[in-house]
Amino acid sequence: MPVLEGKELRIVGFLCNWCSYGGADTAGVGRFAQPTDLRIIKLPCTGRVNPLFVVRAFLNGADGVLVSGCHPGDCHYTAGNFYARRRLEILRELLDVMGIQQERFHYTWVSASEGQKWKQVVSDFTARIHDLGPAAAFSGCPAVPIDMDETGIKAAG
Amino acid sequence: MAHTQELRTLIARELPNLDLVLAWTGGFDPLSSTPLFITTEADLDRLAVGPMHVQNLAAYLPSLKGRKVGIVTRGCDSRTITELLQENLINRDEVVIFGIGCTGAVNIRKVRTAVNGAPVTDVEIGDDVLTVTTGEETHALRLQDVLMDKCYTCAGQAPRMHDHMVSERSGCLATGETPPSSLDLLEGMDARERFAFWEGHMDRCIRCYACRNACPLCVCKDSCVAQSRDPHWVDQSDTPREKLMFQAIHALHTAGRCTECGECERACPMGIPILAMKQALNRRIKHLFDYEAGMDQESTPPLFMFRQQEETIKERDAR
Ligand code: SF4
Ligand code: SF4
Repeated sequence: MPVLEGKELRIVGFLCNWCSYGGADTAGVGRFAQPTDLRIIKLPCTGRVNPLFVVRAFLNGADGVLVSGCHPGDCHYTAGNFYARRRLEILRELLDVMGIQQERFHYTWVSASEGQKWKQVVSDFTARIHDLGPAAAFSGCPAVPIDMDETGIKAAG
Repeated sequence: MAHTQELRTLIARELPNLDLVLAWTGGFDPLSSTPLFITTEADLDRLAVGPMHVQNLAAYLPSLKGRKVGIVTRGCDSRTITELLQENLINRDEVVIFGIGCTGAVNIRKVRTAVNGAPVTDVEIGDDVLTVTTGEETHALRLQDVLMDKCYTCAGQAPRMHDHMVSERSGCLATGETPPSSLDLLEGMDARERFAFWEGHMDRCIRCYACRNACPLCVCKDSCVAQSRDPHWVDQSDTPREKLMFQAIHALHTAGRCTECGECERACPMGIPILAMKQALNRRIKHLFDYEAGMDQESTPPLFMFRQQEETIKERDAR
């Protein structure tokens, strides 16, 4: 059940497998109540986060995008998040000049044991996106509905 | 004219050792210019240099890797060459640089707009005035007003390295205040206005990809992610969304590499101000990493490296 009142917004989360996805799991196991707007996509590492993933998410109608990975220095692959930090910092500027408010994008570091921090990040970021409201959309082309049959991607489980 | 003659002599002397030399010649009308590929001495008669000869010839170098190539080079073009060398996309010993001192490059689109697109019959370059004749009418344009964006922020008129240098030409056509750029215009807008700005411009984009093909750093050819991956990064629908996505790809794939040569915007047949995105990223990169592309052959582009402690990047709160 959504904790926040009103309509849910579309928030996409790109999480690394080793730390933040574990952190989200920890929050779940601990039964911490969290808003449910976030849709999580698991990746091996924040170094795998092509900044274009984030752009594509926004252009397809996301209202907010969150990237989270291991703390700097704790990357499972040693340096993935160090590269990611530079790329995502530059991405902020691109979003800004494109007319997508920088506040709609956030990247952070949450370890597998930080269930409490994960809950805080999700709650704070969701609240921020709700303050901003729905993102600007192209007047001629609405958000993209995804036909799962066409993607060829099978649902897990 | 004396400079052109001097350049011809320099090229003629080296030509026997080279497969070809990249230079400029006149185009289909007095305003336009086109690249000239010199392979024999007879080609030298057509060679022309000056403010109307504007293409960044370094864009051809990566595809000519492995051959011995001469290239006529201005200050800004040499930054492209430096960047290509940094990325091992070309070999220094295969390139012979004929340096010229540049006085500024004319933004042909601004001139065509100023004469309302009328067919141009004659162009004369004065000290600070460009006289353009369209049939019966003559228009006197201040050169300071019709230069390319990059000329107002030029980092050096002479190339940063050369093998042969034409005697220094003096003067600079950028003589006054920098006129406002598209980035300045965007700066004055809020997010929604910017988004609408791009939606409007992208609506006019004909998706010819001239911007990519003209870019000296877009070296992937048939492997461009915009067309070669499955599932596709951009679909084939003719919408501002897909076209803006393509521009995001171009901007991010040249981030930390783009020297602001302006070829993307110059090549665009629709006059879409796509350079603004790259200028914005470059400004941020300068601020964060104190880095400008194509200035130092020994340095590593900022997104090819990292520091464990990033002094200039602050952690932010999700709130
Ligand atoms: S992105 Fe544009 S300005 Fe930058 S290097 Fe490529 S063509 Fe030149
Ligand atoms: S050159 Fe201009 S019209 Fe062609 S794809 Fe690029 S932005 Fe679109």
